[in-house]
Amino acid sequence: MTGDPLVTRARRFGTVAIVLGVFTIVVFAIPNAGVVTTLSLESRLAGGAGSQIGSIDVPVLWSTLVLGLGALALGVALWMGRWRDHAIRAGGAAIGLFVIAFLLWAARGETLFVVDLARLSLRAAVPLTLGALAGVVSERAGVVNIAIEGQLLMGAFMAAVLASVTESPMMGTVAAILGGVAIAAMLGLLSVKFDTDQIVAGVVLIVFATGLTSFLASQWLTVSPDMNSPATFSAFAIPGLSSIPILGPILFDQSFLVYVTLAAVIILQYGVFKTRWGLRLRSVGEHPKAADTVGINVPRTRWLAVLLGGALAGMGGAFLSIDAASSFTEEMSGGKGFIALAAMLAGRYNPRGAFGAALVFGLSEASARALQGFDVGIPSTLLLATPYVVTILVVSGLIGRLRIPGASAQHYSTE
Amino acid sequence: MSSDMQPTLDDERVDPGERLTGEESLRDRLIMAVTGPNVTVTILAFVMAFVVGAVLIAFSDEASREALGYVTSRPSDFFTAAWDAITGAYGALISGALGSGTGITESLLAATPLILAGLAVALPFRAGLFNIGGEGQVIAGGMFAAYVGFNFPGLPLVVHLPLAVAAGFVGGAIMGFIPGILKVRTGAHEVIVTIMLNNIAIVLLDWTLTLPTFIGNATLSPKWLPIADSADLPTMFGSRLNIGIFMALVAAVVIHVFMERSARGFEIEAVGLNPTAATTAGMSVGRATIWALTLAGGLAGLAGSVQTLGVSDGGVTAGFSGGLGFDGITVALLGRSRVPGTVMAGLLFGALEVGGRAMQAEAGINLDLVGVLQALIILFVAAPALVRWLFRLDRPSRRAKAKEVTA
Amino acid sequence: MQLELQGITKRFPGVIANDHVDLVVRDGEIHGLLGENGAGKSTLMNILYGLYSADEGTILIDGEPVHFDGPGDAIDAGIGMVHQHFMLVPVFTVAENVTLGTEFAHVGGRLDRQAANDAVRDLSRKHNLPLEPDVLVEDLPVGLQQRAEILKALYREAKLLILDEPTAVLTPQEADDLFEAMAKLRDDGRSLVFISHKLREHRAIADRISILRRGKIVGTADPRTASDEELAELMVGRPVDLVVDKPQSSPGEVVLDLDDVDIADEDGVDVVQGITLQVRRGEIVAVAGVEGNGQTEFVNAVTGLHPIHDGRMLLLGDDLSDHSRVELLRGGIGHVPQDRNNEGLVGRMSIAENLVLDHWNSEPYAQRGLMQFRLIREHADHAIEAYDIRTPGADTLVGSLSGGNQQKVVVAREFDKDNALLVAAQPTRGVDVGSIEYIHKRIVEERDEGTAVLIVSSELDEVLALADRVAVMFHGHLVGPFDMPVDKGDIGRMMAGATPEEVFGPSGVPNPGAGGDQDAGERARRADAPRRGDGEVEA
Repeated sequence: MTGDPLVTRARRFGTVAIVLGVFTIVVFAIPNAGVVTTLSLESRLAGGAGSQIGSIDVPVLWSTLVLGLGALALGVALWMGRWRDHAIRAGGAAIGLFVIAFLLWAARGETLFVVDLARLSLRAAVPLTLGALAGVVSERAGVVNIAIEGQLLMGAFMAAVLASVTESPMMGTVAAILGGVAIAAMLGLLSVKFDTDQIVAGVVLIVFATGLTSFLASQWLTVSPDMNSPATFSAFAIPGLSSIPILGPILFDQSFLVYVTLAAVIILQYGVFKTRWGLRLRSVGEHPKAADTVGINVPRTRWLAVLLGGALAGMGGAFLSIDAASSFTEEMSGGKGFIALAAMLAGRYNPRGAFGAALVFGLSEASARALQGFDVGIPSTLLLATPYVVTILVVSGLIGRLRIPGASAQHYSTE
Repeated sequence: MSSDMQPTLDDERVDPGERLTGEESLRDRLIMAVTGPNVTVTILAFVMAFVVGAVLIAFSDEASREALGYVTSRPSDFFTAAWDAITGAYGALISGALGSGTGITESLLAATPLILAGLAVALPFRAGLFNIGGEGQVIAGGMFAAYVGFNFPGLPLVVHLPLAVAAGFVGGAIMGFIPGILKVRTGAHEVIVTIMLNNIAIVLLDWTLTLPTFIGNATLSPKWLPIADSADLPTMFGSRLNIGIFMALVAAVVIHVFMERSARGFEIEAVGLNPTAATTAGMSVGRATIWALTLAGGLAGLAGSVQTLGVSDGGVTAGFSGGLGFDGITVALLGRSRVPGTVMAGLLFGALEVGGRAMQAEAGINLDLVGVLQALIILFVAAPALVRWLFRLDRPSRRAKAKEVTA
Repeated sequence: MQLELQGITKRFPGVIANDHVDLVVRDGEIHGLLGENGAGKSTLMNILYGLYSADEGTILIDGEPVHFDGPGDAIDAGIGMVHQHFMLVPVFTVAENVTLGTEFAHVGGRLDRQAANDAVRDLSRKHNLPLEPDVLVEDLPVGLQQRAEILKALYREAKLLILDEPTAVLTPQEADDLFEAMAKLRDDGRSLVFISHKLREHRAIADRISILRRGKIVGTADPRTASDEELAELMVGRPVDLVVDKPQSSPGEVVLDLDDVDIADEDGVDVVQGITLQVRRGEIVAVAGVEGNGQTEFVNAVTGLHPIHDGRMLLLGDDLSDHSRVELLRGGIGHVPQDRNNEGLVGRMSIAENLVLDHWNSEPYAQRGLMQFRLIREHADHAIEAYDIRTPGADTLVGSLSGGNQQKVVVAREFDKDNALLVAAQPTRGVDVGSIEYIHKRIVEERDEGTAVLIVSSELDEVLALADRVAVMFHGHLVGPFDMPVDKGDIGRMMAGATPEEVFGPSGVPNPGAGGDQDAGERARRADAPRRGDGEVEA
């Protein structure tokens, strides 16, 4: 009896969906008859026009019951072989239903500000997305970029300092890009020119960037705090689009860097797969010798990809210090560079997928905060571990075997 | 089809040139080791790092920064100020670490967890694995050790202490086992899994710091209940140095013997060098992976237990692991994943850390500079090609380059 | 295009890969380059293609000296290369691969897939090399992948095509198709350089051949008039023994017994089906076949590296599947793997360490978990002497040995054991002639000591030289085995898929009645098993 890998994968997702569905019904739905969660579509945080639809009282029992049955149904369908080719989407949908059910349950008896949650998720996803895009671009060219964490920090530091000195967040962003590019250049130098193991180089650069930014911060910034009071980005609404109900305040009432991120995802997704540049980039990552023999300059392509990645990650760092916060703190990237790596993996080295994963991680971060006041039953602190647990599950193959670009992490030398 | 060997021409066997062929006497080998290009590169790496560090000092010291303001009119002021700052800082660094008895014991104390954490990275390196999970393993080990430490106050030292230490080893080993088994069963890359586990461990630690079972009443500045005296690592020489240093050295010897002489170690090394050939020969990559990572986790766990059972009150606070995970990576890189090198690197970085504190106290240069120095040293060591290029040194065995011939 | 190489010299540290090579490829001819593995053919071609630069010498195209800084320059000059290991990106389509570097694009860089597909379709039609442009290369069979390589070169208007060992991965039929295409390209006015170490291919297609030995051109000949022996002698430098001196075999009990074995790959798809075979003490069974027909999986299964899916495998009556790889290696099976670099040896370990690689944790080399290095070294010294391994010492890293000596290390390790069964895959690949002779001699000695020997090789000459009985692997099925002697051409046809009936006539065996087929009785008893080579193969 031969095993069709697609069927096995569908079955695996099916099992997960069924388990989640049953869990939802038993734990979320049944014990909560009569309990109500208030979903408020009001936005307390948007700068511009908040949606005024008001709030809905959602009965926990019925809503989670429906969601649980939905997940269950998806699971059964997957087991029966339906949607073999779309197992990931069906499985993802089931997981999505579970997450919604979880949120409804966790906020039982309280009010959940849905629009705000979405906004915060998107914002939390920004540095993750930019970092993940940095990883995607490098990796597609065959260079493993572990140093994203270092690039974020460098970007954050440069942004804070320059935005303080010039009182312009834009200048801060430019400086952040340069900072990220600098670290990326070192990565490129070490791995493309000097044949250092790429992972080692990445780790070393993280240590270096952390040390350097911490040192400069404590040596300069504590002494001259005016170098660490940057002008920050604030949200501005795009007229017209931001009045779309629900989606408007989420997507179109954000700050500059958020818009840049959204644009970057779209541009890169198109660029990598539909343009000449993207084809050559991928050829270098898959089979550098083949690319070389048709005259593509492999080292240069890799260099440019790495530097581009650095620029993106640098911007992510800028978001941290002059958008999400209003100053630089030592080690403020707090592991986001690694979550970005996880998003890249979960997104299977696609810009679109990476963004999707980053959104999910952003959601978990935002929910942990939103649920903090509530009596959830499990400590909300633990929720902060969700992205990490999810990543481990992803990397262990829940989402099927991950295909790494053929020549990833391999040094390529021409004579 | 890549491999770790390149085809050579038929019977034109390549003369290995300066590479060891096993025929040299011990004396020859010693001379080659000390004067060989690798040592030169390492020394130069140090020099480079300290030079860059000097530049950083010059530009961050207050006095020299002031003098920088008018450097065009009176340049000598700047250079004098800079020189003073640099010598002051490095002087404090060296004297702080080695200039007194206290300095030396403090350096050894600081080196203890570094050696263990370094071994925890070096060992898996030999198996071709990258253990970035030191931080999480240290935390787990420290927590396990501390838990045993504060929970059985009645036991005598001779029982309680080893028990706590063993618990620390177990805690770390579990955190090492997880990425190992995941890699073997699912192919999950250990770099990602260990990084994620680090963060999970931190979250768990923070969570315990909210639970009365662990912290008692100390809700204001949360830390775990103090370790019983019977589980404290005894100190020596009237200083803060405890017997942990012996633990670290013994562990180093054990690991060295393990890797160089045991069959299991041989298997791990073969798997690290060529997993396909090892499998074909009947070895088990999975077994080597799990052994290497679990042992490594245990070593890091020991480092954690030294942290929590060691210094004065010890005990578990947020961030007690203090970046040991990454420090371990730098130590292992400097030590080139060999045990003697790792021990030396651990001692060195321990000294740097202590010296750095003195440097901060006396010369006003922030301790983070030490981190930068360490990173720079590693940077240059990890890229010997870079150093050679900078100094136009020859590659170690030019004739070995014939290995790169594709006929 | 007329291509002339004058005095081309290329040195690598310690070695002269090309030594004042003079070569002329006339306009509109197929020029064969004949030489052993390691003679310097690939280096020369890499220079020609701009991947390496020569230390001395000139390249002239149509009388004009040219200089190449990289493959781009060579391509511009009209030189195209069809590499031995394809320069194709597996996850791209044929069209994407062919047009890589000179893609069709709209304004702004957007790829024009349609134009690319059309162009490739036109090209393939023009040269009669049919190929669908919109297919992923990794989904194509090897012969068609090679076609894509060729189209890639033609797309860039190559006037001189270099083909580097193109038949290494083709069946004889695919090779014939290739030769046809090459002839047509020549007739259309192109020049071709055809690199191969197989004499008979040059006979088939080359107009003139040049022989390369140890970096020097030692002669140019007309392949149609020179004899095999003359050419081989030029290649190697001394009269080559193409046949191994082998006494008659006297087979004993059955050692390896395979009954209707199926082997599946990691995706669960059967790559080997219905193998029934017996190997006896004191005989050599050689399995011929082009690589990629399931040999790798077959060898791995028989030596315990890969589980079987269906059927039975017995070693001296004991079910193989009950034992781990380690148990088998120590319990009577010697295995010389097909890729010594990746599978057989750890390059950065010493000879001594490699010699105990499969016994590393058993007595006497390890006691109570600790390695006994003195004993290991003594053993190595002894083996080096016994197996004529040329090395300064037992502590030399195996990676610095030549291919032949490396293989001798593997042979020393595996033959020294008390084997009931010896399995050797591609035993003399990449090995110099002297070592080939030595290894073949040793294999026959093993047989005469009573070991059952199973050889799997894509070198037909080796198969013919060693086999007492010969079988053919094709598309995962085993054809045969047949008692030797069997005609070489017949084996070749079976390697291409012909059934025994087609080749030998209704009896299905060569020489029916003369000498007998020891397995005939067995086969008759298992007659309800599906016939092999029946057309039930994947196209």
